[in-house]
Amino acid sequence: MPNETGILPTETRVPISSAADIVTARQRGRALALKLGFEGPDVTVIAAAISEVSRNIVEYAKAGEIVLRAENHGAKQGLCVVAADQGPGIPDVAQAMQYGYSTRHGLGVGLPGAKLLMDEFDIVSKVGQGTMVTMKKWLH
Amino acid sequence: MRVPILKQRDCLIASIQSVLSDEDLIGLRDDLAAQVGRYRSRGVIIDVTVLDVIDSFATRTLRAIAHMLKLRGAETVIVGIQPDVAFTMVQLGLTLEGVGTALDLEEGLAYLEERQSKRDYRHAK
Repeated sequence: MPNETGILPTETRVPISSAADIVTARQRGRALALKLGFEGPDVTVIAAAISEVSRNIVEYAKAGEIVLRAENHGAKQGLCVVAADQGPGIPDVAQAMQYGYSTRHGLGVGLPGAKLLMDEFDIVSKVGQGTMVTMKKWLH
Repeated sequence: MRVPILKQRDCLIASIQSVLSDEDLIGLRDDLAAQVGRYRSRGVIIDVTVLDVIDSFATRTLRAIAHMLKLRGAETVIVGIQPDVAFTMVQLGLTLEGVGTALDLEEGLAYLEERQSKRDYRHAK
């Protein structure tokens, strides 16, 4: 949402602690993507990736935050999503990133799915401290 | 938000009106499982036209709904998956295996009618 000066705010923060927050996060993500000039399936792809990482927060960490911001790298412009929590952390990140692997009764699509959807994906997790996923989509 | 479910002859039509949270989808599952019994429905249409995202949870729940209703004797058809949503589901490797799909409500009704007449034909033989 433009502020008084009409300039895009640098970032939007969405606290995540319930299923309703997942919906809010992906709607904000969709709105930001449209503002940044993303079109067609890219907007839906970004919203779906936000949905997957937000659900991971609710399911495993109970609470956390999604930060959405415009991202510039040289001539490249895009959107960056950070999903952070202070939950239990992931003991085996490589395993968690395997498509179809789930410690619960999920499809095991969440994190690896989000990685498939975005252009860049990075995950840092420490047991007992939490997890941070940073993912980006560039405007083509 | 509760999804309204309309009864049309021996079909139920669940017409999703707004974006759904995980709990809403679970509510839809439970409502449909109950109503198929109450109205002795043979077919169920779930119209997802307004859904802007069908992620892994939504896919898993839609699949579960269809399989549950099948066990209750009703055929499910999902209608109205938007092109961008379909694209994203393919990127995510999500499928609705074993679940009927059709372009829109009209095609969904035709799909169920066709299924129904095949079933009646088999029974008549």
